[in-house]
Amino acid sequence: MNTNLALLLLLAPFLGFLFNVFFGKSIGKTTSGVIGTLAVFTSFLASAYFFAVIVANPEGIQISLFDWIQISNFKVDFGFLLDQLSILWLLFVTGIGALIHMYSISYMHDDENMHKYFAYLNLFIFFMITLVIGSNLLVLFIGWEGVGLCSYLLIGFWHKNQEFNDAAKKAFIMNRIGDLGLLIGIFIIGSLFSTLDYATLKTAIAGATDLNMYWISAAAFALFIGACGKSAQIPLYTWLPDAMAGPTPVSALIHAATMVTAGIFMITRLNFVFDLAPDVQNIIAIVGAVTSLVAATIALVQTDIKKVLAYSTVSQLGLMFLALGLGAYEVAVFHVITHAFFKACLFLGSGSVIHALHGEQDMRKMGGLKKVMTITFVTFLISSLAISGIPPFSGFFSKDEILMVAFEHNKILWFISSLASLMTAFYMFRLLYLTFFKEFRGTAEQKSHLHESPALITFPLIVLAILATLGGLISLPTNSWLNEYLAPLFTKVATEEHHFGTTEYALMLVAVIGGLVGIGIAYAKYIKQNQVPAEDAAITGFTKVLYDKYYVDEIYDFLFVKSINGLSKFFRDYVETTLTSLVFGLGQVTNEIGFQGKKIQNGSIGRYLFAFVLGMCAIVIYLFLAQ
Amino acid sequence: MNVSILLIILFVGAFATYLAGDKLASKVALFFSLSSLGCAIVLLNQFNAGENISVIHQWINQPNISFALLADGLSIAMLLLTLALTPIIIFSSFENEYKNAKAFYALILFMAFAMVGTFLASDGLLYYIFWELSLIPIYFIALIWGNGDAEERKKAVIKFFIYTLAGSLFMLIAFVYLYQQAGSFLLEDLYKLNLSSTEQLWIFLAFFLAYAIKIPLIPFHTWQASVYQKAPAVGTMLLSGIMLKMGLYSVIRWQLPIAPLAAKEYMYIFISLGIAGVIYGSIVALRQKDLKKLLAYSSLAHVGLIAAGTYTLTIDGLRGAVLQMIAHGFVVVGLFFISEIIFRRYETRTMAEMGGIRSQSPKFASMFLLLVLASVALPTTFNFVGEFTVLYSLSQINLWFAFLGGTTIILGAYYMLKMYQQVMLGETNTKVFMDVTFKEGFALVLILAVLFFFGMYPKPITDLITPSLENIITQINRIN
Repeated sequence: MNTNLALLLLLAPFLGFLFNVFFGKSIGKTTSGVIGTLAVFTSFLASAYFFAVIVANPEGIQISLFDWIQISNFKVDFGFLLDQLSILWLLFVTGIGALIHMYSISYMHDDENMHKYFAYLNLFIFFMITLVIGSNLLVLFIGWEGVGLCSYLLIGFWHKNQEFNDAAKKAFIMNRIGDLGLLIGIFIIGSLFSTLDYATLKTAIAGATDLNMYWISAAAFALFIGACGKSAQIPLYTWLPDAMAGPTPVSALIHAATMVTAGIFMITRLNFVFDLAPDVQNIIAIVGAVTSLVAATIALVQTDIKKVLAYSTVSQLGLMFLALGLGAYEVAVFHVITHAFFKACLFLGSGSVIHALHGEQDMRKMGGLKKVMTITFVTFLISSLAISGIPPFSGFFSKDEILMVAFEHNKILWFISSLASLMTAFYMFRLLYLTFFKEFRGTAEQKSHLHESPALITFPLIVLAILATLGGLISLPTNSWLNEYLAPLFTKVATEEHHFGTTEYALMLVAVIGGLVGIGIAYAKYIKQNQVPAEDAAITGFTKVLYDKYYVDEIYDFLFVKSINGLSKFFRDYVETTLTSLVFGLGQVTNEIGFQGKKIQNGSIGRYLFAFVLGMCAIVIYLFLAQ
Repeated sequence: MNVSILLIILFVGAFATYLAGDKLASKVALFFSLSSLGCAIVLLNQFNAGENISVIHQWINQPNISFALLADGLSIAMLLLTLALTPIIIFSSFENEYKNAKAFYALILFMAFAMVGTFLASDGLLYYIFWELSLIPIYFIALIWGNGDAEERKKAVIKFFIYTLAGSLFMLIAFVYLYQQAGSFLLEDLYKLNLSSTEQLWIFLAFFLAYAIKIPLIPFHTWQASVYQKAPAVGTMLLSGIMLKMGLYSVIRWQLPIAPLAAKEYMYIFISLGIAGVIYGSIVALRQKDLKKLLAYSSLAHVGLIAAGTYTLTIDGLRGAVLQMIAHGFVVVGLFFISEIIFRRYETRTMAEMGGIRSQSPKFASMFLLLVLASVALPTTFNFVGEFTVLYSLSQINLWFAFLGGTTIILGAYYMLKMYQQVMLGETNTKVFMDVTFKEGFALVLILAVLFFFGMYPKPITDLITPSLENIITQINRIN
C-alpha cells in the first residue's frame, strides 16, 4: 500500500511529463495544462496522506525498490525514505507546485509550446520529489541533477533568444560546480561509513567510537559546496538572478520556492554529519550572513522587478544558511516554508503585473497599478509585509527566530542579518510603491490595456497570500508545532523552547522597528518625494557598483571563462600542432634514414669493395685487440 | 554451441555481403550482424546457465599457438557491445548512398569479425592477429569512403595506420619475449609467469605503447581528431564506439594481469596520465569549430577517465571502467550519428553554419539533448553509473584524483551545452531542417533506450562482469 502510494506520488508527474511530451501538442493547450496540474495535484494528495500517516506514527517509512549501483564495499539501492522532513518538503513542493501549474495555464496560454512547458514543469516536480524522498545520497543526487536539468530547460524555454540560452547554460554549469562538491562529499562519506543510506549512516555515526573528524569535516565542507551551488550562496550565486530569463511562474516555483531550497534540505537531512563539524558550521553561518547582506544591497537599486525578487531570494536563502550554520535546522526549515509561501506569491504577483503590461519588467515604467489590479496588489502587499517581518504575517515569526538564534551565538552575525532584514523591508516596499502606487508611467497603449488577471492567476495568489499570512502559526515562539514535529530528525535536542524574557521581546521589537524603518525610508523616497529610479546612463557612484552587482559577473568571466577559453585556444593552436608535427617528424626521420641509406647502395662495385675491406680490417683489429 | 560461431557468422557474412551486390549489401550485412547478435544472446544465456562456451584447439605446433577463445563475463560484455552496435551502425547508414556498397558493408562485417576476435582471443598470437586485422578494414573505410580533401584524408589515415601499427609492434615483441619465458602464448600460461619487476616493466611499457595509441591517451592521441573528422560516419562510429575499447579492454585483460608489479609501481603516473587526458581533452573541445572534432576530443576526455579507472587496480575501478566503456560506446555512436543527420541536411560539420535547428525539428532536438545529457553523465543514464563508479574508485586512491577527474562533470557540461546551443538553439535557421526520418529516429531511440534502461538498472551487466573482473584482480594481486 505504502509502496504503491509512494510510487504514485513519484510517478504521477512523470506520467504527466510523458503524456505532454507525446500527446501534448494534439490535445490542445488548456487540456495539456490541466493534465499537468492534475498530475501534480495527485502527488499532493498522496503527500497529504503520508502526512497524516506520519503525524499518527512518527516512525519513518523506508521503502527499497531495487539495487542500483554496486560499489565494492556497499550497494546503493533505489529506495525512498518518507519521514517528517521529506513529507514536509513534499507537501509544499507539490502544493505550491500544483498552484503554480494552475497559474501557468493562464499565464502561458499564448505560448505556442505550452505543452512543452508543462512537460518540463512536471518533470521538474518529478525530480524534486525524487530528491526529497530518496533514502540515500545517490537517489538525492538523481533529483539534484534532474532539477538542475529542468531549471536549464525552463530558463532557456524561449530558446530562440541566445541570451536566455546563455543564462540557462550558466545556471547548469554553476550548479555542476556545486555538484562536484556534493559528489566528493558522497565519496568521502561512502569510504568512511560504507553506506550512503541516511538511516544507516545515522546509526553508524551514533554508534561510532572513533570518528575521523578531519574527514568528516572535509565531507561536510564538500557537501556544503554542493548546497552553495543549488541554493545560490556566495560564491556560486550569480546564476540565480540570470535565471529570471525563464517564464515568471518558473521563477516562482523553481528559483524561489522549491529547487533552491534543496541545499537546505540536504544539510538538514545530514544534520548529524554537520553537527560533527563545527568549523564547517561556522563557515556556513558566515557565508549565509554575508550572502544575505550582499544580495540585499544589490536588490536595493535594481530596477527590473524580477531581479529585485531574485536577489531577495538569494538574501533570504542566506538567512536560512545562517540558521543552518548555527545548528538551528528547524528554524531554517521554518523559514524555508514561510519563504516558499510569500516568495511564490511575490513572484506570481510580479508575473501578474508583467502579464498585464505585456512583458514589461522595468519598474520605472510601472506605477499606479493598485487601482486596476486590486487582488494582485493586496496579495502582493501581504507578502511584502510578510517578507519584511511585520507581525502578524508569517515572515515575522520565521525571520525573528533566525535573528534571535543569531543573537544568541554571535552579535556580529545578528547585526549583519538584521541589517539585511532592514534592507529587505526597504527594497520590497520600494518595489511595491514603484509598481502599484502613484501614476502609471508606461505608454498610453499599455495603459489602455491594463487589467486585473483572470481567476486562474488570482486564485493561486489568494491562496498563497493566506498561507503567507497564517504560515507563522506552525511555529509560534512559545508553542512550536513544527519543532515538535521535526524533533525525531535531530540528534541534538532542538534549541530549547525560548523562555521568553525581556531580551527576546526587545529583540523582537528591534526587528519590527527595523522593518518599519525600512518601509518608512521607502515611503519617504518614493511616495513623499515621488522619486523614480534614474535611467541606466544616469546611475553613478556606488549606486552604479550596486546596480552592476559589484561586477562579480565580470570578474568571474575574466578569471574563469576567459582564461579557460584562452587555454583552450592555446592547446588547440600550439600544443596540438606541436604534438602532431612531432609524430610526423618521427616518420620523416625514418624517411630520411632510408633516403640516405639509399645513397650508399648505388651499385658502384668499387665502393662496396672499399667498405668490405674496411670492415675486414675492423674485424681483424677487434680480434687482435680482444686477445 | 560455442563462441566461435560468432566469428563464423561474421566472416561468412562479410563474404555473403560482398557477393550480394551493391543493392542488397546493406540488408544482407544487417541480417548477418543481427544474427550474430542473436547468437550472442543465446550464448549469454548458456553462459549464465553455467555451460562452457569457450574454445581451445591446437592450431600450430611449432611455435606453439592455439586457437583459443575465452568467453568470460568481461569478454561477453564486450561482445555484446560490439554486436549490438554493429547492426545499429549498419542501420544508421541505410539512408546514405555509397559507391561500391558491397565492399563497404563487407568491410564493416569484417571489422566486427576482427574486433570480436580480439575480445575473445586468449592466445597471445591469435589475439595479436585479430588486433592487427581490425586495422585493415577501417583503413579502407576511412580512406575510400571518407570525406574532405582526398590528399589530406590520405595523410591522416596513413598516419593513423602506421602509428597504431608501429605501437602494436612493441606489443608483438613483448609477446615474443613472453613466449620464450612461458613456452606458450596462452593467457593462462602467461598469467602463471613469475617475471622480475624489471621484465614486467618492459613488458608493461611495450603493451602500453600499443594501447596508449589505440585508446588513445595523451600525448599519443594526435591521429584521433583528424581521422574521426575525415572518416565517414560509419567509420567514426566503429572507431570511437568499439575499436578504442579494444585498447581499454586489453589493458584489463593483458597488460595489468601479466605485469602487475609494474602496474602497481607506476600506478600514480598512469592514473595521472588518464586524468590529464580528461582535462586536456575537455579544454581542447571547448574551442573546436568542427562538430566531429569536438566529439573526438570529448571522447579523448572520456577514455582518459576510463583508463584512469583501470589503472587504479581496484574492483571498482575496473567495473566502473567496463560500465563506462559500454555506456560511452553507445553515447558516442549516437552523437556521431547526430552529426551525420545534420550533415545529411546541411552538408556541413562546421558549427558556425548551424543553429536555429531546434525550433524546426522537435524530435531531433529532444533526442540530441538526451544524448548530450547522457554524455555529461546525468544520473539515470548509464554513463552516470560508470562515471560515478570510476570516480569513486579514484577517490579511494587519492581524493585529488577524484576531484581532478571530476572536473569532467563541469567541463563536459560546458563544452557539450555550448555545442548544443551553437548547433541547435537560437533564431530559426533560414535553411529548412527536416525532422528525423523514421529510420534515423529508430536508431536513436534504440541507443537511448539502452542508455536509460541500464542507467536505472545496471545490475544485469554488473553481475555479468563482476566475477571475471574479480578473477583479474586476484591475478593482479597474486604477487605482492
